[in-house]
Amino acid sequence: MNLQAKDIRGSAPDGAPVQKSELDAIVVRFAGDSGDGVQMLGSQFSMETALAGNSLATFPDFPAEIRAPTGTTYGVSAFQINFGSRVVKTAGDQPDVLVALNPAALMVNYKGLRKGGLVILDSGAFKEKDIKRAGFTVDPRTDGTLKEFRVMEIDISAQALEVAKPFGVSQKEALRTKNLWVLGLVSWMYDREMKSTLDYVSRKFGAEDPIGQANLAALRAGHAYGETHELAGDVAPVSMPSVKVEPGTYRLVSGAEALSWGLAAGAQLAGLELVLASYPITPSSPILHILARMKQYGITTFQAEDEIAACCAAIGASYAGKMGVTASSGPGIALKTEAIGLAISTELPLVVVNTQRGGPSTGLPTKTEQSDLFLAVFGRNADAPIPVIASRSPGDCFEVAIEAVRLATKYMTPVMLLSDGYIANAAEPWLIPTMANYKPFKVQFRTDPEGFHPFVRDPKTLARTWAIPGTPGLMHRIGGIEKDYNSGNISYDATNHQKMTDTRAAKINNIADDIPEQHVEIGDTKGKLAVVGWGSTFGPINRAVHNMRGKGLDVSHIHIRHVWPLPRNLGALLKSYDKVLVAEMNNGQMLQLLRGQYLVDAKGLLKVSGQPLKIVEVEDAIRSQLATQVQA
Amino acid sequence: MNVQVQPEKLTPKDFASDQEVRWCPGCGDYAILKAMHKALADMGVRPENTVFVSGIGCSSRFPYYMATYGFHTIHGRAPAVATGLKLSRPELDVWMVTGDGDALSIGGNHLFHALRRNIDINILLFNNEVYGLTKGQASPTSRVGQRSPSTPMGSVDSPAEACTFALGCNARFIARGIDVQAKELGELFSRARAHKGASFIEIIQNCIVYNDAVFADFTEKAVAADMQVHVKHGQPAIFGKERNKGLKLNPKTFALEVVTLGENGVTEADILVHDEKNRVLAGLLAALRPPHFPEVLGVIYCDPAPSYETAVAAQDAVARAKGPGDLDKLMRSGNTWQVT
Repeated sequence: MNLQAKDIRGSAPDGAPVQKSELDAIVVRFAGDSGDGVQMLGSQFSMETALAGNSLATFPDFPAEIRAPTGTTYGVSAFQINFGSRVVKTAGDQPDVLVALNPAALMVNYKGLRKGGLVILDSGAFKEKDIKRAGFTVDPRTDGTLKEFRVMEIDISAQALEVAKPFGVSQKEALRTKNLWVLGLVSWMYDREMKSTLDYVSRKFGAEDPIGQANLAALRAGHAYGETHELAGDVAPVSMPSVKVEPGTYRLVSGAEALSWGLAAGAQLAGLELVLASYPITPSSPILHILARMKQYGITTFQAEDEIAACCAAIGASYAGKMGVTASSGPGIALKTEAIGLAISTELPLVVVNTQRGGPSTGLPTKTEQSDLFLAVFGRNADAPIPVIASRSPGDCFEVAIEAVRLATKYMTPVMLLSDGYIANAAEPWLIPTMANYKPFKVQFRTDPEGFHPFVRDPKTLARTWAIPGTPGLMHRIGGIEKDYNSGNISYDATNHQKMTDTRAAKINNIADDIPEQHVEIGDTKGKLAVVGWGSTFGPINRAVHNMRGKGLDVSHIHIRHVWPLPRNLGALLKSYDKVLVAEMNNGQMLQLLRGQYLVDAKGLLKVSGQPLKIVEVEDAIRSQLATQVQA
Repeated sequence: MNVQVQPEKLTPKDFASDQEVRWCPGCGDYAILKAMHKALADMGVRPENTVFVSGIGCSSRFPYYMATYGFHTIHGRAPAVATGLKLSRPELDVWMVTGDGDALSIGGNHLFHALRRNIDINILLFNNEVYGLTKGQASPTSRVGQRSPSTPMGSVDSPAEACTFALGCNARFIARGIDVQAKELGELFSRARAHKGASFIEIIQNCIVYNDAVFADFTEKAVAADMQVHVKHGQPAIFGKERNKGLKLNPKTFALEVVTLGENGVTEADILVHDEKNRVLAGLLAALRPPHFPEVLGVIYCDPAPSYETAVAAQDAVARAKGPGDLDKLMRSGNTWQVT
């Protein structure tokens, strides 16, 4: 049966520009109530897509409320996935397909859809009160609101209820299978194997559970609906060949997973057990959850009474000879700052993970931002430098976490690792690393009493010696009071304080000799324009620079991992471009840092909307920078 | 060739560090320090296996004067640092030294959680009812009306009561001693160390500069015997110069009363026999304060329960029973695919 005219209305206006930032790729956005299981739908579809060999990037975009009142716009939860037969670097600027499970989901998301894009609606959820509640004055299906899009209406609610009937589940449970029904349909549309989802549902509910059976039936029914209705035109199954990437074993990984595993890997390479002390906070908590299940990897987790205690307990663990780690997000990091100062003063290793979110204060807990750079680099009382490193993508969190442990143990210092809400929740295909390929950096605890005092330093790294309680003959006292350079005893001496302050600063500055020089991601090492980014803006900047170079523009992409100390060559590198544009999700923090460090007249592309940077935004900024150059 | 020698018996001096003690002359802390040096020597502990963790304040300088491991941390946070330490290295003896401001004001939350978790650390709270190191402000244990630089017209804060607080936190070992009573303090230190789980000792400590003689109504020699009752498990709560006073439970009011043996027909059989496992009784005893009652000293409550780090270690052991985890395997678990 062909799709009826009433099922799909409208078509892409002739000649309308298709603003697809990535050809060979499709962006699908699922949206519904926060109780509709949209995140599960998205992550299962991501898994099917990854297993099909496509490149992909995801963007879970959910509210802070766990179960907001149904049908409200603030309760809408969304999941966006960009997938393709070429390497995909962002979750996509504009969805090509929007699945809206209720009017509120449509209200929040339809404006972002590309012109000519496809809207799939659950017509069963479009009752008058639902439409009003979403803030539409008239039914958006009838008043031209959606005239720029193709619209496919299916009464998904009715389908789900019908499918669930034989299993005797409640109406509520039956309606909750809508997400699986949609997954079945979308799996059909993009020719995805559903085995991973079938396994997941069976595992989650158990084979005999009626709810599980209803969900499995819904999944199959959605798929069958696509087959039997032979949905016409653009809705027909799309086959997308797998992407050409480096050979090896791949999996999907979220930033929180890769970061947790990276911490475990780092501790293993250092030959230390790991103690994670944390306090629950969005979006950092998954790190605590993941590591809490990894006790057999020499990991102990401690859910502290507050953020301060978490940091202090991690310091206590490091003092004891473990790799102390604390993980939080902006407001929690703010609380930890005094304790971080203690670790700086006592020169103990500590990894502080900051999964940044929108701020200030409580801000936007579930939305992403990069606005804790100043907090990381400068946010402590007194002269208190620490290394700061930033992860650029979910998979990169693994490498950066290992590097954080390496620096912390080698230089006896707290290290701040910057991730963000986008990286933490997003997933991407990941070439699984092999531990044997990483060079161990085993920690040596001091045991020799000869010439010992607690602040004896390695002449090269300036790191102090690490002597742990329980070692005979090395009993010593440390604390937050200034120490005498030559004995480690407390000292109020003026010249000594100058020397200790200088030494602490030199120790951190020296790390610049132990990190790679800054390289250029794409483009030349000199030229008209460098776009500089750090952290999770890697994808959009990289794609935008690639696209603009394809159009013949002289632009390069530089992406900073080591935020502090900065790579030795960065200043000279930046000065080899006529212009420098810093693109970041804050009000100009890296911008200020680079201007201050190097006196370069950098400009900013700054965005603090809680949403990731878009490719098109970077492209526009590149054009604008290079256009003014031509005029000048 | 190295010859293994049996470690020699250590003396109190062996537990004193080479650092000059910087408390004010006459400070009660000196006596506590001395009592600790002696107690550790008597207990035969090894200094390398002993760690003193402190917060901020006069009392918190304590670790610097111990020839053990020591960590002078930040204001109020010693319980959290000590928790991380003990969790990581359960075999170490962890002592925590704090004061009334450090423990009950800025660090109140951490003290609460260390006690209710029952982590095996020995907490010594030096209570002098004043902020010493910041020059004399009223503290959370200062009495109503106390004049200080921050309360020139007298404090209007209702004071906290350390042992009652600890009991409310579900502490399983609560004791009280006086700075200058070295012998009794030594016994309390020994009991605290032997107790598995969080041990809490309030030490009444005289600040000679900012709050001198605030405890004189029960510490002065002339009144001490009549104003202090040293409780011992299984023994009647008898006190007084003449050993003729005692605590008696009034079953009608469910309150303790001071009675005199031989008066109104009171005999020793009427006197309360201390049961350190009785939490209700502990609450009554902890709340008795001069001038209407004697100060209760000794082990007020001791009823061991599984300690936190033991429970954590047990879970870790269960998880590790099948051998160490393999990260390569973990990362390859679940859905993976090959690209050739």
